[in-house]
Amino acid sequence: MSASPSYGSRPWTFYVLATLFALFVIFLYGPMIGVLILSFQGPSASLVFPLREPSVMWFDELFNPRRTGDVVGAFYRSLPLAAFVMVLTVLISVTAGFAFRRRFKGATAIFYTAIASLIVPGLVLSIGILVTFRYLGLTANWYTSGLGAHLSWALPFGLLIMFAVLGRLNPSYEEAAYDLGATKWKTVKEVVVPIVFPGMIAVALFGFTLSYDEFPRSWLTIGSKNSLPLEIWTMTTNVTSPALYALGTVTTVVSFIVIAIALSSIFLIQRKRS
Amino acid sequence: MASTSNSSKSPLLMTYLQVTPLTVVLVFFFLIPVALVVAVSFFRYQMLVGLVPDFTFKNYYDLLSNPTTWTLYLSTLKFTLIVLAITFVLGFWIAYFLVFHVRNLLVAIGLFLVCTVPFWTSNIIRMISWRPVLGKEGLINSALLKIGAIDQPIEWLLYSDFSVVVAYVHLFTLFMIVPIFNSMARIDKSLLEAAVDAGATRWGVVWNVVLPLSKTGIALGALFVVTLVMGDFFVVTVMSGGLSGSVTSGIFNDLQFLNYPRAAANAVILLIIVLLIAAAIFRLVDVRKELVR
Repeated sequence: MSASPSYGSRPWTFYVLATLFALFVIFLYGPMIGVLILSFQGPSASLVFPLREPSVMWFDELFNPRRTGDVVGAFYRSLPLAAFVMVLTVLISVTAGFAFRRRFKGATAIFYTAIASLIVPGLVLSIGILVTFRYLGLTANWYTSGLGAHLSWALPFGLLIMFAVLGRLNPSYEEAAYDLGATKWKTVKEVVVPIVFPGMIAVALFGFTLSYDEFPRSWLTIGSKNSLPLEIWTMTTNVTSPALYALGTVTTVVSFIVIAIALSSIFLIQRKRS
Repeated sequence: MASTSNSSKSPLLMTYLQVTPLTVVLVFFFLIPVALVVAVSFFRYQMLVGLVPDFTFKNYYDLLSNPTTWTLYLSTLKFTLIVLAITFVLGFWIAYFLVFHVRNLLVAIGLFLVCTVPFWTSNIIRMISWRPVLGKEGLINSALLKIGAIDQPIEWLLYSDFSVVVAYVHLFTLFMIVPIFNSMARIDKSLLEAAVDAGATRWGVVWNVVLPLSKTGIALGALFVVTLVMGDFFVVTVMSGGLSGSVTSGIFNDLQFLNYPRAAANAVILLIIVLLIAAAIFRLVDVRKELVR
């Protein structure tokens, strides 16, 4: 009997751990699927199973609001904000990632500041940014303070991913390209970009979703009009109808579309290359 | 290290230019705000006026002499330790399963993605989705009633410490799985075979080879889970039905009464604790070295 599970017949631990894994996946997705189903609840407005007279009335309620607040407006703020954060996160973390390939004074300080920015409680930073804006005489707004708050959270993630990606980009590859007579531009295009590109898509995915779903850092920094997570938060305390579930379904569908685009483009690039 | 033809061509100036945007964001949206939180924690709070610049330790004194503060810190500590233990056990064995038991690399990556996809969706929605499962008329209670295992719905499933822990584990386990998976994926499989050849039992391999070599991943995962639980206020507020609290939910309440100085003082204490824990973890492992390796 082999304790090393890489070949031979499956050890009993495989079945135990496979069961654990299956249960974990059910635990992870089960409740989400429940909400998805319950968002099609009928006029009984029941918040629990069973589903009676399925309908799309709660989606209608969401987009033609009578009581549920400004969901459509929240989407129109959250989506562009997430897009801005995504673009800036990619640009800033990729350039910074390249800087960190060399030794320079202050590298360690900047790295640990980024890590600290990652682990500082979001609400604490939210207070700080609001107070900063107040003392500068600026009004908090989603495209100023909100954007900055989200960047302080998305950039460290982007940087960590770039570290992992660029760790695989051996400087000798670039040297080899130079030695073979490639110009600097050509080296970047033919050697650097193909290795880094999938990582850039991953950074983009993190940038978008971290901003799109961020609540604590948005709480005081988003200004007078809510972003989507804040709208959901308000609904959790005010709205006791399946409209809340409908909103959950809509936001999750948007997230899944973004994830699907990112993952399939990484997959396509990898396949094209091989 | 990187004294290549590349770096001699582009001077150090270029490197600094590349790192400037990151530095600017960190200064304006992290360092200055945190410094101001520290400053405000010494300000005075006046009804209707709000912030009055001052240098007083009153906020700290008020906080530390208030038994509620200590209750909240204890409650935060309790949740942190419970969640850390559960997510570590789950994260370690799930990562172990994916790396050492799934033989096909594509399948392993696919299953890994199954674990990570929820990370990119909304935390609040994922938390709320436990309501129809755990509630008094929820799935678990109605199922148990139907099979006759109970004749009264179990009350403590929702709006209790139990549901808070369930939501935390649900939200944060992947922060353990991902770094541990990364560490384990780097372990040379021949090391395991060598250990077996040298007479190690299966448990011995896990304990003496896999666990020490996953140290970095475990440390990073612990860092994430600890800081996320300590910084959380909405899970503990919603899932306990307002019965439990945490340090951050205390801060949240002070903010709703616009008592910024006290919120700031509490934030500073919390921040110091979080940074001390992070420093302790970074002492154990050099995360940066492991990342660029």
